[in-house]
Amino acid sequence: MLTQEDTPLRTVTAGKTLTVFLDGDIDHHTARLIRSRIDTKVYIQRPDELILDLSRVCFMDSSGLGLILGRYAKAVELGIAFKVANPSPQIRRILDLAGTERLIKIESAHPSRRAW
Amino acid sequence: MAKAKPVNELRCAFPSWSANEALARSVAASFAAQLNPTCEEVSDLKCAVSEAVTNAIVHGYRDSAGEIQMILKIYADRTFSAEVRDRGVGIPDVEEAMRPLFTTDPEHERSGMGFTIIENFMDSLRVVSSPGKGTRVIMKKKLSMLPIQK
Repeated sequence: MLTQEDTPLRTVTAGKTLTVFLDGDIDHHTARLIRSRIDTKVYIQRPDELILDLSRVCFMDSSGLGLILGRYAKAVELGIAFKVANPSPQIRRILDLAGTERLIKIESAHPSRRAW
Repeated sequence: MAKAKPVNELRCAFPSWSANEALARSVAASFAAQLNPTCEEVSDLKCAVSEAVTNAIVHGYRDSAGEIQMILKIYADRTFSAEVRDRGVGIPDVEEAMRPLFTTDPEHERSGMGFTIIENFMDSLRVVSSPGKGTRVIMKKKLSMLPIQK
């Protein structure tokens, strides 16, 4: 059986922009692994910009919000520009509840969506 | 809001393992399907249940494993109710815990938005907690009326 642990992180690098395509469910159970995978990739690659593309995320709760805010904090620390792309309306509501847009740029219909 | 007697009820118990967060919200969504909810309503219920179960795992049973009980009810007026119980450490100050962005666990990137999300996605939220004894989170949502497909 293919478990989440076996699934590689889907990323696209264009110039100095690293786009991470998250998928499936982001909850407290899955967030830890996703977090360490993104951080490892970012530390190795050192992009100028990090984009988290949420177009294929089916479910997200406040643990996903913690994951996004945490990656934003890391990006700021490393001087990397940070963006969230293509949240579903449900995920957008969660981001809005926390006032995420005051800190983080949220884009819909990012061109990277077409990569899938 | 809800009538005293539910028209259907489901009780389940599971260990406080994080893998059971997905299980709990799937069970809640499957149970609520009897009310023919909209996709948005299903998403709301799943998210709210996921928050309550995660709280029990992360905060209630912080450094230990324990049992989580989930009691789901539906009422004739299309109200869905979910109660998540743990016998963990309890919450010393419920009012403080329910404040947006309040978290006791920032180093693990807890956003402190769990209760705020439940309050926004459900119609009502009640938290009953005794330090050392555990916590009960009770949430309700009245689902919209849709014509029943024959």
